[in-house]
Amino acid sequence: MPKLNIDGTDYEFENGTPLIEACGQVGIEIPRFCYHERLSIAGNCRMCLIEVVGGPPKPQASCAMTVNDLRPGKDNAPPQIKTNSPMVQNARHGVMEFLLINHPLDCPICDQGGECDLQDQAMGYGIDSSRFIENKRAVEEKFLGPLVKTVMTRCIQCTRCVRFMTEVAGVEEMGAISRGEDMEIVGTIEKGLTSELSANIIDLCPVGALTSKPTAFHARSWEFRKTESIDVNDALGANIRVDARGNEVVRVLPRVNDAINEEWISDKTRYVVDGLKTQRLDKPYIRENGKLRPGSWDEALKLVAAKLKAAGGGRTGAIAGDLAGVEEMFALKDLFARLGSTNVDCRQDGARLDPSLGRASYLFSSGIAAIEDADALLIIGSNPRLEAPVLNARVRKRWLRGGFTVSVILENADLTYPVQYLGANAEGLAAAAVQAFAGKQKPMMIIGGSALARADGAAILAAAAKVALTAGVVKDGWNGFNVLHTAASRVGGLDIGFVPGAGGRDVAAMLNGGVDVLYLLGADEIDLSRTGKAFVVYQGTHGDAGAHRADVILPGAAYTEKFATYVNTEGRPQMTSRAVFPPGDAKEDWAILRALSAEAGQTLPYDNLSELRAALYVKFPHLAALGTVAAHGSLDALAHLGGAINREPLRATIADFYLTNPIARASRTMADCSRARLGAVEPAHATVQRLPTYQSVGSTG
Amino acid sequence: MSVRRLNPDQPSGFAFSQANLDWAYATIAKYPAGKQASAVIPLLWRAQQQEAWLTKPAIEHVAGMLDMAYVRVLEVATFYTQFQLSPVGKVAHVQVCGTTPCQLRGSEKLLSLCRTRIAPRAHELSADSKFSWEEVECLGACVNAPMVMIDKDTYEDLTEVSFGALIDGFERGTPPKPGPQIARVLSAPVGGQTTLKDAKLYDGSNVGTWRTAFDERERVKAEKAAAVAAAAAPKA
Repeated sequence: MPKLNIDGTDYEFENGTPLIEACGQVGIEIPRFCYHERLSIAGNCRMCLIEVVGGPPKPQASCAMTVNDLRPGKDNAPPQIKTNSPMVQNARHGVMEFLLINHPLDCPICDQGGECDLQDQAMGYGIDSSRFIENKRAVEEKFLGPLVKTVMTRCIQCTRCVRFMTEVAGVEEMGAISRGEDMEIVGTIEKGLTSELSANIIDLCPVGALTSKPTAFHARSWEFRKTESIDVNDALGANIRVDARGNEVVRVLPRVNDAINEEWISDKTRYVVDGLKTQRLDKPYIRENGKLRPGSWDEALKLVAAKLKAAGGGRTGAIAGDLAGVEEMFALKDLFARLGSTNVDCRQDGARLDPSLGRASYLFSSGIAAIEDADALLIIGSNPRLEAPVLNARVRKRWLRGGFTVSVILENADLTYPVQYLGANAEGLAAAAVQAFAGKQKPMMIIGGSALARADGAAILAAAAKVALTAGVVKDGWNGFNVLHTAASRVGGLDIGFVPGAGGRDVAAMLNGGVDVLYLLGADEIDLSRTGKAFVVYQGTHGDAGAHRADVILPGAAYTEKFATYVNTEGRPQMTSRAVFPPGDAKEDWAILRALSAEAGQTLPYDNLSELRAALYVKFPHLAALGTVAAHGSLDALAHLGGAINREPLRATIADFYLTNPIARASRTMADCSRARLGAVEPAHATVQRLPTYQSVGSTG
Repeated sequence: MSVRRLNPDQPSGFAFSQANLDWAYATIAKYPAGKQASAVIPLLWRAQQQEAWLTKPAIEHVAGMLDMAYVRVLEVATFYTQFQLSPVGKVAHVQVCGTTPCQLRGSEKLLSLCRTRIAPRAHELSADSKFSWEEVECLGACVNAPMVMIDKDTYEDLTEVSFGALIDGFERGTPPKPGPQIARVLSAPVGGQTTLKDAKLYDGSNVGTWRTAFDERERVKAEKAAAVAAAAAPKA
């Protein structure tokens, strides 16, 4: 391992470490704009200059040089670099002066102000006045869709956005045109960027050139109360930071978690939060004469309790929606068990997953990070670009490294990497897997909702498990049998057994007149027209499909308003934190169920969240180990299930990425994105900034 | 340099002529498999030669042929100022060198003639669409400054008068011969030779001159040595 002397002290580093990283590892922060550890190296901002002793007599860009690139000194002494010498100081002052020549002095009205790399570094390396007396340049705004606002005059051409869109997002829609002083960043698609990860370029932009359009001029970065939490818009459980001001969630930013989301989040994760302010259920409602009227908690709970008791155990049922936390599902299951009902189901899409076959049968067993170790991937009934965009970026990252093949059974969609398309028929999946995995060391399967939410879903899953055991997908030290969920609540629900018990009814049976009282815990993605004459209780956050059908509405808390456990698709329990309080009279969901249990005469034996969790962890100890994945057993039971797969082609489950849950459907930003993706309509209220197409003439020579 | 944009009026499509298409495939085949993007500049250049300027459909067409994203080809097309992004004169697009040697020798007069005779601003078409002009950086004919380049030919040693005649010639369809527009052979001295004029240089009489000079020097040296030896001998 190469040795290096930095500022007079010897250190040893891994091969290939860029000097900028090496300095960072020993606590010397090198200023930078274009360098980003998850993007390719551009070396064009020149802010990270350092001095190589005995090297060329000019400063060197520390991002574009590794610890292996330096020659040893006399008597084989380690090569020496200086990060704080007069040469380095001068160079950085010079670079900063050039950067500020054309940068507008509009920090007071810039949304980046307070969290701006240029602002921060100008404090260290800027000078108080400018020597530049020529005209400053101005750059036309570009249209990058409803999420990314541009102020292109602020751009310092670091090209992080271009590299992100090309390398990570995998859509080559941004570029840098012209050259020299006239270089400009452009997007080339008229309707804006067509990536589900596009808003990450806002975080990447080191200046205020790319800022958030939906929250433009809304808040300053230092006004926020920052809460570390977990995203629930897909089953990845991306780590996020919720920034709130007052009792309003203003924005969501990613947190770094290399095991899950690295440091990216999808556009839905980031911008769904304006949906938390609209269509909210803020007080209990009771249907009278066909119309919903506001009521009190007491009244509503008494009515629900009476209905539950009147119907009797076997005629009541509960369905948990996609955003429900483990705690409330546990309390709901507990309550229904006490009422004598086993009609509970968390699989509102009808996925044929059975927790009695073991955790291995429904988890993304390899873990998300292990995608980078795989050498072949077969995707059965899943479009990861829409179902888990950040996971899809990980697959693309693996593909970029080479020696990786992807085959797909579903629709022939653009996943941002080339795939071998095997048709939409799942009948031949065993043969396809054998062929795709021949000669591969670490093959991986991803089975998605399109394959599971069918009558023969269990047969498909069993066939996949069977071939997984024989084709080397599951072997010592490697388990590539992965189920990709789309709902944040699903794995948690399956873990605690929120599925019909002995003789219990599943979602389909409950809907077709199987129960007299149907309790919906935020379940909106079911065909509510099939509830018939049942008395429907909706406990949830938004006036979506479930609330419209409901006879009683019990207002609950959204994921930013409660401490709730979610188990991600890998089986990793994580906990959200309360950033703001639920609106109006709405309450945390477990507390509603606790209150209802008292009214129904079956008081749940926990009076606060800690007691509930204690009870939960006694039964399911793996949920207590937050952030870690417990061992998940064998696939044998599933593989021996058998069953026939029918000929019907698999169908995509997500019609519109931006509108998959009640919060998203209430969000204006998500509606704008959905319209923009369709391409026809420009969002009316957004600042419409198009790339002008006129020819600018007037050569100045 | 100027801010470079695609022209607002673009033709509906682009296709290489058969000859150019054959040439393009031959060019692409010069590069290893998977590296066909290396052919982007030759192909863009050929597209520009075919259409006189580089159209958006042409950029898209080249991107498609090379399996590149449109924006990557657009970056190349906007980076090199030799690619014309708007229509140029049907008869001639005049590139006037404005770099220091040409400027010192009067290129600004040529530029002002462009402004009055062709169009007030660079990259604009003349009223009859026959001409356009632009100022470019050094074209490497500094000895013959000032100069202009039209298509592949350079016209050198220009004055306002000869430049005017040049434009007239193009307008009539009888452009002058490329090269210096004054009595001069390529970059040889104006008005004939000023050095190396001695006729003896060329009649053979100088052959062996150096040998003679060396022999003479050796002889003088030897004589001096003999004289010194002779002076010392009687004492001994």
